[in-house]
Parts: sequence; structure tokens; C-alpha cells
Amino acid sequence: MNNFNLIISGVGGQGTITLLKVIGRAALLQGLDFKSSELHGLSQRGGSVKTHIRIGENISSPLIIPGETDLIIGLEPQEALRTKSFAGKKTVFLINEKVIPVQGKEVDKSEIEKWIKKIPGEVKLINAFSITQEKLKNSLYSGIFLLGYAVHNKLIPLSIDSVKKALEETIKPDYIEENLKALDLAKGF
Amino acid sequence: MHEVLDNKKKTILLGNDAVVRGALESGVQFAATYPGTPASEIGDTFYLIRNANKELKENFHFEYGTNEKVALESAIGANFSGLKTMMSMKHFGVNVAADSLLPLFYTGVPNGMVLAISDDPGCFSSAQSEQNSRAYAYMAHAPMIEPADPQETKDYVKYAYQISEKYNIPVIVRLTTRVSHQRMPVDLDDLKFNKIEADFPKDKPDQFSTMPPYTISQHKELLEKIDKIREQEAEVSEINKMHNEDAGDDMAIIASGVSFHHVMEAQKFMGLNIPVLKLGWFYPLPEKKIKEVLSKFKKILVVEELEDYVEKEVKILAKDYDVEILGKEYLPTAGEIRPENVIEALGSFYPPKKLEVLEEEKELAKRFPGFCPGCPYWFLFNTVKQVAPKNTVFGGDIGCYMMAYFPPFKLQDYLFSMGSGIGIGHGVKKSLNLSGNNQKVIAFIGDSTFFHAGIPALVNCVENKSNPLIIIMDNSITAMTGHQPRPGIDKEPNIEKIVSGIGVKNLKVIDPINQEELKETIKDFLNKEEVSVIISRRCCKFAK
Repeated sequence: MNNFNLIISGVGGQGTITLLKVIGRAALLQGLDFKSSELHGLSQRGGSVKTHIRIGENISSPLIIPGETDLIIGLEPQEALRTKSFAGKKTVFLINEKVIPVQGKEVDKSEIEKWIKKIPGEVKLINAFSITQEKLKNSLYSGIFLLGYAVHNKLIPLSIDSVKKALEETIKPDYIEENLKALDLAKGF
Repeated sequence: MHEVLDNKKKTILLGNDAVVRGALESGVQFAATYPGTPASEIGDTFYLIRNANKELKENFHFEYGTNEKVALESAIGANFSGLKTMMSMKHFGVNVAADSLLPLFYTGVPNGMVLAISDDPGCFSSAQSEQNSRAYAYMAHAPMIEPADPQETKDYVKYAYQISEKYNIPVIVRLTTRVSHQRMPVDLDDLKFNKIEADFPKDKPDQFSTMPPYTISQHKELLEKIDKIREQEAEVSEINKMHNEDAGDDMAIIASGVSFHHVMEAQKFMGLNIPVLKLGWFYPLPEKKIKEVLSKFKKILVVEELEDYVEKEVKILAKDYDVEILGKEYLPTAGEIRPENVIEALGSFYPPKKLEVLEEEKELAKRFPGFCPGCPYWFLFNTVKQVAPKNTVFGGDIGCYMMAYFPPFKLQDYLFSMGSGIGIGHGVKKSLNLSGNNQKVIAFIGDSTFFHAGIPALVNCVENKSNPLIIIMDNSITAMTGHQPRPGIDKEPNIEKIVSGIGVKNLKVIDPINQEELKETIKDFLNKEEVSVIISRRCCKFAK
């Protein structure tokens, strides 16, 4: 198989590392090779966070070659747009609609929409924030919800069973049930 | 249970956790560190698991040291007393520890000792410099090996312990951010536990003392040891490995660290099959192994991050061969090396392949890291911004508070290293006073940084008589690097006792939410003739 390249982008504190761990575990359960690169420290403090994830066979670099990304999961629209330098014409964008304002800057939603429209490949704008807030009373599940969406819609080479099992093996017991709900919730979308 | 203790055959590990696993599979008994990213998780994971089961509780000790020098010395003492030890730190930590690091290679170690050091090309989590710590290998004659990924990291740590025990010398496993913070499936072996039995050997009195003229003979012995390690280990080690060996071409690549993986990735992308010598050993360098490669090819491209240490060595070795050595004229010295850099470099020798990339949105607002909601620093910096005279000099230091450099505060006129906010602040204020200039100086420092390197600088202010205002921002945690504990929470050592013990008379402990009191005190202390200290105390919301 061709190696599958995924970027998860967001704002520090949105849970990208947890997502990455679940995805890694699921890949391992499916007998696939996995490599990822993440950043810690300064960037965790509300800065832009970009993690590279690669799934497949005999993966060399933990970094994705610019243009070779298959899927970008943007936990925030501006952070999704920030990964454009890694995206090519075929890259699929899965974007959480909820904008997190940049400190000291007015949010211009129409401008963000305009930029998103310019993306040549497939774009899926999902209001994961509102959906998880409404159904699960906690928008922190947005990331897992979007992962669920990617799995159910076959945007990522992982099965729902392995993602569920990975989740159970990765997340603290108290939070497993809600996370599983978030995964299932994504099925209808 | 933490994945580092998994009893599966294979689990996904972060590079830094692979260091921990490698140490535990080697039977490490004593580990010490001072937190610093990109190496932080090595200590953090040791800390998390230190009491996870009976074996660990009984056979393993971990501690956060006050700074890297102290942590290293702690590990040295444990090693001299019979324990298998590990010490980890970020690149700048090596500078702090260097004073004890160099003699350590002269005395050698009676038991296994591995130092895990993580550099940060690209400065993802470091200010101050893009330090290439490989230079310490030359200066200290420190055996140094460079893994490229978590699996190698675990294997290299175990190998490092073997070398260390065989030659009685500490071995450095040198990581970088992209290795420390890389994850991949890692094959696991059993953990090993050795009962702690300490006894400081008194039979060879010269063994652990670097006293001239003995120092000279220790130096000589060290050089001989390195030659031996080169011949018997580095030259024959499988961690220096030829890839694509049979590919017929007149060009080869020599690569080290994570750059090796970028080289392989770039080759796949471009449909190339160039032979690559991956160097696991950095010091001593396997010269014969390299010469074998030099004898077979016309052109060698050296791919290594930061300064061209390997390239220079290879150029010297190449004198007797008809081969051209290339490197930094095609690849960056500053910043990290990424797959795209290698693709571009190889495009000078093979049919280039263009990257098809979408255009960036240049108008996109930049997102700076900032203080968390509810962070006590909001109150402090807000108040300082209001009351400090316009031309006040603000001394920054290393910690979350360096984000005061960014808008909206912009309260940082210089930033160097741990503790230097006070150290440089003294020099500035002293000079201003000497010239009769009434400009004010406020130096910020965190609690953990104060313990790390702030105390000697404060002593200097008192002794050499200057009067900056020092604000110790006590959030009762080492926040920036991942919320590690700092010395003296609810017990000794106590910051205000230390400060007053040094002889600081103008001292006040203030909760920064009391903005009026803070304002008045800042105004008052800025006009004092002697150094003054405000301890701005409010817990980080992550402090327990």
C-alpha cells in the first residue's frame, strides 16, 4: 500500500496528542507501521499545533513531504488553513467549523470562508463543536468526533473496531464511554 | 498503566519514552534530570512510573535535581557508589552540567552510565540558541551515538550501557526534537531489576579525584580508551550500516540521526536508489568504515543537521581518495533538515522532482503561544505594564513568562539563559547607576528557575551592590516544561528565607490578584537604593 499521510492541526490544548495516540494504537492493532511527529513545550500554550502522522508499511521519515498529505483534520479552521503548505490538489480537508479567535485579532468569518473555498480538493466542514456540545455536553470530544467521521467515511485506512479498541487501551477508564459515544455519534454525518 | 511498562511484544513509544524503556530493560537503578524540552518526558515518565510496581519501588530511584549540574552530580555519586545510572537533559542543560561533565570522562565510571541529551534544531521548544551538542563529544571525549527513531533509541540506550560497562566510561545518546518527539511501534524485551546495593569504594583513592598531576595521566588514559572504543566497537558496530549497498552509481550518502530517514523518504519520492551509510556512531567516528565507502564512490553527500562536524571529518579522511565530499553547500546549517531539503539537494545530482503544494494564505493571523486562562501571570504583567516607567528595562528569563515578550505585554528587553534575567539585570543597573542614569530595571524569574540558577545571581546583586527590582513569579511548579514539581512546596527550602538569608532587605510576598498592593510595592521598590525582591505568589492552575 501507499503510505497514508495525515496532519492533525489545532490549537494547543485541543487534544491532538490524545488523537494521535489513539490513531497510532489503532494502526498497530491492524498490523500497520506508524510514525508520527509532534511538538511539546511552548506550542502547547495556545499556539498553533501541527502533528504529522504516517500509516502504512516501512515508513521512513516521521515528517510528511509538502504536498503529499492525504488528509488534514483541522480542529480549527485557521489552523487547517495554516497546513496548506503541506497540502496538494488531492488533499482532503476535514475541518471543525468552530473558530478560535487569534488573540488581539478580530475574526473575519467571511474571509476564512473565502480562503476555505479556494482549497481545490474535497473539503468537509463539520460543526463538531456544536454537535458534541449539544449531544455530549462537552466540545472537548470534537477531535474524537472528527476522527470518527474520518473512519466512518473511509477517509482514513483504519477500521472503527480497531479505533474503538485503541481508544479503550489509550484513554483513562473514566472517559472511555463518552469517547466511544463521540465516535458513534459521527456515524450519521 | 504507562505504555513504557507494557508487557506486550510491541507498543508505540515516544522517542523519549524509548529512552526510559531502554534504561529499564538494562536494569537502571538511579535516574536524575532537570526538566527541559525536548528531553522533558524522559524524566517525566521516570517520575510517573517510579512507584508503579513493587520492583520499581524497591530497585529504582528517580529524582528531579535542582539544575542539570546537580542532577548529573547526583547520578555520578550514585554511580561511584555502585548503581547503574541515567541522567537526561536538554542541550542547554549540558552547558550547565559541563563543569562536572568533563572531569567525569577523566575519572570514568565503575558502573553503567548513560546520558540522554536532546538537541532542538529549529528551536521548537528552546530560545537562546540552536546549540549542536555533538561538539561536547570532542571537548569531553565523550562516546556519542545518534539514534534516528524510537526503536533505535531503545536499542542504542541498551547498547550504550554495554559500552559504558565494558570500558568504564559514560556514553551519550544524542537525540533531537524529531527523535525525542517521534512515535512508532517498538519491539519490547523484558524489564530488568537489580537490587540496590551501594558501597563507596575506598580501595583506590585516586580513582575519583581529578588532581594534577594525575589529571594528565587520566587524560592520556581517556584518549587511549577512545582509540580502543573506535577500533573495537565503532568500526565493527552494526549501528553504522550501509543501505542500498548494491545500487550501482558513483554517488553515495552519509547520514546521521533523523536525517537518515529524511534521506530514505526523499529517495522514495524521487524514485532513487542511492547507497547510504547511516552513521550510528558520532564519536569516535568509524574511520575505516567511512574509508571503505570513500574508496567506492566518486561523490559523497553528507546529510547531517546543524554544523558540519561529520562532513569535516569525512573531508579529512577523503584526502587519499579520488572522491568529492559535498554537504552544507546543498543543505542548511541553521534550522532543522526536513525531507524537502534533501529532495532539493538531491535534485542537484539527479532529475529534480518538484513539490506540488497549495499556496499559503499569507494574510492568516499568526497565533502566538500565550498564558493560559486563569494564569497568575496575567495579573502580574498587567500590573507591571501599568506602573513601570516607560523606559524601564525588562529582563526576561526561561519559563512560561518569556511569553511576556509577545503582544499584548511586550515586557522583555533581553533573554538569555536560566537565571540570566537577574545576572544581566545587575550589570545593566550597576552601569546605569555608575553613570547617574535613573533608568529602572525589573528582572522576572520563575520559582524553579530561581532555584536552578537565580540564587548566585541574586547573591551577586547584594555583594556588588546594585538595585534592580527582581520579581520571583512563584507559581509553585515548573510549568513550561510540563508541570514538574519544584523544590520546597509547603516545606523547606523556602524562597523568602533564602532571599532574606542572602541579605535582601526589601522583600515582599504578594498575591498578584491584589493589584493595588502590587502596584504600590513596585512603585516603592523601584526607588530603593538596594536590590529589592517581590515574590509574586499564586499557583499555576496545573499545580496540585
